[in-house]
Amino acid sequence: MDFDFSDEQLLLKTSVDRLIADAYGDFEQRKTYQAEPAGWSAALWARYAGLGLLGMPFAEADGGFGGGPVETMIVMEAIGRGLVVEPYLATVVLGGGIVRLGGDAAQRARILPQIAAGDLRMAFAHVERQARYDLFDVATTARREGSGFVLHGGKGVVLHGDSADLLVVSARTAGARRDGQGISLFLVDAAAPGVLRRGYPTQDGLRAAEIVFDGVRVAASAMIGAADAALPLIEQVTDSAIAALAAEAVGAMTVLQDITVEYLRTRQQFGVAIGSFQALQHRAADMLVELEQARSMAMYAAMMAEAPDAAQRRAALAAAKVQMNDSSRALGQASIQLHGGIAMTRDYKAGHYFKRLTMIESLFGDSDHHLRQLAAVN
Amino acid sequence: MDLRFTAEELAFRDSVRAFFETAIPADIRRLVSEGRHLTKQDIVTAHRILNARGWAVPHWPAEWGGQDWSVVQRYIFQEEMQRAAVPPPLPFNTQMVGPVIARFGSAAQKRRFLPPTANIDIWWCQGFSEPGAGSDLASLKTRAERDGDHYVVNGQKTWTTLAQYADWIFCLVRTDRTAKKQQGISFLLIDMTSPGITVRPIITIDDAHEVNEVFFDNVRVPAEHLVGVENKGWDYAKFLLGNERTGIARVGLSKERVARAKQLARETPSGQGTLWDDAAFRMRVARLEVQLKALEITQLRVVAGSTQGSDKPDPNSSILKIRGSELQQATAELLKDIAGPYALPLPDAADDLSNAPAVAPDWAPYAAPAYFNNRKVSIYGGSNEIQRNIIAKAFLGL
Ligand SMILES: Cc1cc2nc3c(=O)[nH]c(=O)nc-3n(C[C@H](O)[C@H](O)[C@H](O)COP(=O)(O)OP(=O)(O)OC[C@H]3O[C@@H](n4cnc5c(N)ncnc54)[C@H](O)[C@@H]3O)c2cc1C
Repeated sequence: MDFDFSDEQLLLKTSVDRLIADAYGDFEQRKTYQAEPAGWSAALWARYAGLGLLGMPFAEADGGFGGGPVETMIVMEAIGRGLVVEPYLATVVLGGGIVRLGGDAAQRARILPQIAAGDLRMAFAHVERQARYDLFDVATTARREGSGFVLHGGKGVVLHGDSADLLVVSARTAGARRDGQGISLFLVDAAAPGVLRRGYPTQDGLRAAEIVFDGVRVAASAMIGAADAALPLIEQVTDSAIAALAAEAVGAMTVLQDITVEYLRTRQQFGVAIGSFQALQHRAADMLVELEQARSMAMYAAMMAEAPDAAQRRAALAAAKVQMNDSSRALGQASIQLHGGIAMTRDYKAGHYFKRLTMIESLFGDSDHHLRQLAAVN
Repeated sequence: MDLRFTAEELAFRDSVRAFFETAIPADIRRLVSEGRHLTKQDIVTAHRILNARGWAVPHWPAEWGGQDWSVVQRYIFQEEMQRAAVPPPLPFNTQMVGPVIARFGSAAQKRRFLPPTANIDIWWCQGFSEPGAGSDLASLKTRAERDGDHYVVNGQKTWTTLAQYADWIFCLVRTDRTAKKQQGISFLLIDMTSPGITVRPIITIDDAHEVNEVFFDNVRVPAEHLVGVENKGWDYAKFLLGNERTGIARVGLSKERVARAKQLARETPSGQGTLWDDAAFRMRVARLEVQLKALEITQLRVVAGSTQGSDKPDPNSSILKIRGSELQQATAELLKDIAGPYALPLPDAADDLSNAPAVAPDWAPYAAPAYFNNRKVSIYGGSNEIQRNIIAKAFLGL
């Protein structure tokens, strides 16, 4: 058993932390990135590529660095600390993850080096409005026509879907809306005729899109993996994303914990630092309890994210997401409360971390959803 | 013991309910129901409709527009107002400064201020908190120095809700710097158009302009705008803060949210059907309803036991504030959770790409901002920690 990082991982951590501290250390910087046309910084994206972060999880043969979930955890925790707005999750973990895990040699060779170089952004267009958090609930269809397919349907809250160049789209090639079988995955050029995108900012200062596929034609070679059998791959990449978000949440919670404690030390009321009130000390201690439970589960998530037994992996990641959601909520709410009015303001950092944590809760399953999954296999 | 309302009380309830549902514009009530911010005009419109009916200030003395209602009627009125998602008449006017002027103001102040305050011809804001004086309000530093028949005010207030709309501000100011904390404070009415006042917006985490900083730089205030006796302002402030006994629980508001949550859950696809088909979700709602029922009965006990006009602090108001704010927050949380992934889009912010699909469903983008905004209810009006201190010290004797 070993919870320590290797020397290479420590090196990665040092350099990622340094880069994020430099790029996001001053909260005003974040606003300038958000103000760019895509809603994030193209220059930073190039710096991530330069440091090798964009190819981190890809095999060396695919132009990557051969990192695993632990390396992703290191990067995502730094992203959480900085409240980073660039599309790392969407491009590297989700879109890149599908290609990495399910793509054939030609697809991997075409796409992954471009991602690693910082030249290609991806998004995973999977969630549909009626599906809520059920991964198998897909109504979008892909009809065979000639040698290719024609896609019809709508996808919602596609993370960074507005600035992606290349989309991975789930669509039904067989079966009924809620069948596990019959789902296939397709690579779709975001600029292809019939792709209608509506981008918008999200509550946490990132971006997403609603996307309609209105008779979009793709070649047979656009399919990733086997026809009708994409659900296991969708589940696997969702689990990778949950592990990544768990690390991001831990990064964000760590900062919230730190700024709250710092505030308790400095804010004076009744002639003393408010941190001298035992009622507040206990709540700050409870926050640390939550944070450490979350950190443990983020590590667990990283270690289980690519476990060979899918059932075990799914249960582990569901458990991690529940703890992450519950800790995020408890710690975030306590942080605002302990600050008093100041944390209700947009100019103060704490609220932004709270909002990001709240939105992470709503991604890839809330606690009710994952508890239901766990209860079903109990 | 008997829980039932009398026939007259029921008739009163029905008439109040009918009025709220017909006289107050539905679009305004919808904004309230969705936890969205109202415009100045929305608030004024609803307030004046109530005042025209004689219902903006029912708890004021009769000669200033009050109704001779029993405590039960007042309770029913408030509950029905929240149930119908009617925006409450501006609390700074009706719950705060109005009752203080009516009780402690001079005859001239009453004549001058009470009628326009009741009709919101004057919009008041509350200038109590300062950057260094939040929970420890009595440490406030804004000072007013006497200069002939004026006070000269210098200092800063903060968190001043809707000061951007306000015509007047009622302030706690320090008039005696040598006296003990609570004893050198006075209650002053200040015209917001006075030279030397600057209002600066504070944007909250839900991207709203709800609060402000208000700066005073040598602001000259006629001495006739002092309320009551100089250096007795703390007593008036305590009266003001204790004025609203039961309204703080907002049981009606939370019940309205639960009703809305049920309806939205029935419309929200999940699994084979809707979210409402999920037993765990329905149990969560049921638990909230149980907690609301307990709070409601607690509130009724307070209503039944209270005598009008008592100024004594009451442990129950702290209990109602703590649990009431927790349930307001829990119901806002519930609505946000119903939105699921659609909690993410920001309201009204979709960039318009031609032919692009709509972001749906339309209520969902407001759920998370309302959840964020509702974190305030356990902070303001005496934070929940301060309420627990009151219970522990004043009632448990710890
Ligand atoms: C949205 C909003 C609107 C507001 N509107 C107005 C308004 O219109 N007019 C106005 O005058 N004010 C207004 N307020 C101010 C509000 O009353 C204060 O925020 C409140 O009194 C708390 O003060 P603070 O924010 O300075 O927090 P602090 O007093 O600094 O408190 C910080 C934390 O310390 C805790 N704490 C403080 N003292 C103790 C203690 N002795 N024991 C245990 N814990 C303690 C608090 O509970 C809190 O958790 C508003 C506030 C908000 C957020």
